[in-house]
Amino acid sequence: MATLEINNLHAEVAENGERILRGVDLEVESGEIHALMGPNGSGKSTTAKVIAGHPAYDVTEGEILLHLDDEDLADIDEELEEEHYHWDLLDLEPNERAALGIFLAFQYPAEIEGVTMTNFLRQALNAKHEEREELFEDEEEAEADDEDEGYESSPMEGPQDEGEIGVAEFQQILSEKMELLDMDESFAQRYLNAGFSGGEKKQNEVLQAAILEPSIAVLDEIDSGLDIDRLSDVAQGIERLSDEQGTGVLQITHYQRILDYVEPDRVHVMLDGEVVMDGDAELAEELEEEGYDWVREQVYETA
Amino acid sequence: MSSDQDHLQQTDTEERFDFKKDSKAAYAAEKGLTEETIHAISDDKDEPDWMRERRLRALEQFQAMPMPTDWPGQPDLSELDIDEIVPYVRPDIETRGGVDDWTDLPDEIKDTFDKLGIPEAEKNALSGVGAQYESEVVYQNMQERWEEKGVVFCNMDEAVQEHEELVKEHFMTNCVPPSDNKFAALHGAIWSGGSFVYVPEDVTVEMPVQAYFRMNSEGMGQFEHTLIIAEENSEVHYIEGCSAPKYSAFNLHSGGVEVFVGEDAHVQYSTVQNWSKNTYNLNTKRALVEQEGRMEWISGSMGSKATMLYPSTVLKGRGASDNHITIAFAGEGQDIDTGAKVYHNAPNTKSTIESKSISKDGGRTNYRGLVHIADGAENSSTAVECDALMFDNESTSDTMPYMEINESKVDVAHEATVGKIGDEDIFYLQTRGLDDDDAKQMIVSGFIEPITEELPIEYAVELNRLVELEMEGSLG
Repeated sequence: MATLEINNLHAEVAENGERILRGVDLEVESGEIHALMGPNGSGKSTTAKVIAGHPAYDVTEGEILLHLDDEDLADIDEELEEEHYHWDLLDLEPNERAALGIFLAFQYPAEIEGVTMTNFLRQALNAKHEEREELFEDEEEAEADDEDEGYESSPMEGPQDEGEIGVAEFQQILSEKMELLDMDESFAQRYLNAGFSGGEKKQNEVLQAAILEPSIAVLDEIDSGLDIDRLSDVAQGIERLSDEQGTGVLQITHYQRILDYVEPDRVHVMLDGEVVMDGDAELAEELEEEGYDWVREQVYETA
Repeated sequence: MSSDQDHLQQTDTEERFDFKKDSKAAYAAEKGLTEETIHAISDDKDEPDWMRERRLRALEQFQAMPMPTDWPGQPDLSELDIDEIVPYVRPDIETRGGVDDWTDLPDEIKDTFDKLGIPEAEKNALSGVGAQYESEVVYQNMQERWEEKGVVFCNMDEAVQEHEELVKEHFMTNCVPPSDNKFAALHGAIWSGGSFVYVPEDVTVEMPVQAYFRMNSEGMGQFEHTLIIAEENSEVHYIEGCSAPKYSAFNLHSGGVEVFVGEDAHVQYSTVQNWSKNTYNLNTKRALVEQEGRMEWISGSMGSKATMLYPSTVLKGRGASDNHITIAFAGEGQDIDTGAKVYHNAPNTKSTIESKSISKDGGRTNYRGLVHIADGAENSSTAVECDALMFDNESTSDTMPYMEINESKVDVAHEATVGKIGDEDIFYLQTRGLDDDDAKQMIVSGFIEPITEELPIEYAVELNRLVELEMEGSLG
């Protein structure tokens, strides 16, 4: 059972010092679905990027903690110290956060030409496992591992060291996940997001989450630009993440629409870089009817 | 005879470097490039008079031509001392000690081979140790399989002796004449080694013809000549060079490549080359393509201090076509000026140029291209695409596409993109678990994928490895 705990998070744009986040508090546990809502410019996407470690933002105050338990660490062979259960994500690189089980689905994912989905996903999965081992092994072993062992296999094929997932085995995993998401087989051989439609990109983000099996997935406006059929596919994929893999989902969205398909356990409303209101699924419906001005008035009155 | 020469000859005998023995002695000439040098080379190779005369004439032309200095954005050649060339051609005993023993190679070279994951036997071959034997095996296999069909694949020096008429007709006559440029003239004067490929009419050579080890075994093959003649309706894929670093004490490489593509014939010339970082790489490569013939150039240029290389194609016959795919990588202190030239001299001709370059740590890449469409070459089309990828703000990349269009009924497209490796792209891959370096490598190997997919797998793999090593800055 992993818990993502965000306390009093303040962040600004590294380039110009523009303050975006002004004290965000949030807590998401694995298996739960949270919706983070708010008008444009309220800081939702920035929150997502800061959680994942985007270099364009400086965190000026607050903390992002990830608490893990034995279940989350069942794959680790090492004797684990107390510190291995609690991590301050702000000390870690984006790929280290990924290795600990943080996943960010992008609103506008990068298009990488020349890299097939299969190749990319297999390398990502293997990189995640490798990084995970490094994060949890003790320092002496880490040093020994640092010695350059050279290449044992083709970098085009990706690494195939002991314990890593080979091409055939990975194909199997990929086809299964793609079938669950009702994705066409040709997907696997296409270049990563290159020439994908908006809907395909969103589906691809969910596919990646299904393969990388994160503890906490932050989904940044995964519902934008989807037609009804695709929205339903994507929503099913998200529910499966939550139900079957026990992933904690932080669903960032502008509209109620996707919440008709994926019912949230908790709903949070952001305004001007802060979470100003929390509630259950009904809150989302109220927002749909009343709009964000209503929240602003409420908050303003109480303040 | 100097003690250097004694040592050389002794080494040669021990290594059974038969045909190279003479040429090595010849190359131990006096400093400076003179007629005597040419006579010595020609004597030692026991060349027919016509070849000796061509060399002498090329020397004259070389001496008469000025150094190219004033091209816009041209790499700086001011440190290249032509008068020092001949002594450089002579193998240097200290650094060529590797001929005897792998362990005598400089550490950085051994290191690179290790990082490439090349096995010991292959390392020896690549570094010049015992390579001659290996290369003979390569030739032998080719001959057994194809000689009955009339295919010839041999060393260029041998070809002068064994296939004199063919060579006499085609060697630096109307494809790359020495008058083409100063370095073509230099090449014509002191060329040595290289490959000769002849494919008779209607013969398709299904497997790629590879001069893989031989290029390296030459050692002194810094002026190697490649002559490919594909007769009507024939087909061949020739692969030259190696993707391992060319260990060389020399600082000038000036090769020549001539390709004759007959009617309805198809030639693919692929090369992945990585020169030591002190080398000036100044080559002339050209193909003449007859009616409905097809020429393809696939090249990866790595290493060198400065490279000037613009493989060129003359589409002579109606319906002839040409396809260029090039990739260049420039790191610190490197200036890679490369591109393509295509002359559309007949109707219905077609060309595509796809150029990719990567620069990092202050390196410079330049695409320099020329597409010429002659008056009367109606219904011809050309498409040029240049993509540059830069790692940092210190690196530079320029695009200089020249288009000379003298015919109105043509289709011309040019597209250029220049980009820095995107922070968003890297971040995206990092959130999927890849570290910063792996993310960059993934982006670069995707970027060069159009090249790697055209190459046989072992070359593609090594090209990828080389790029990775370049990116880590671990190549010497």
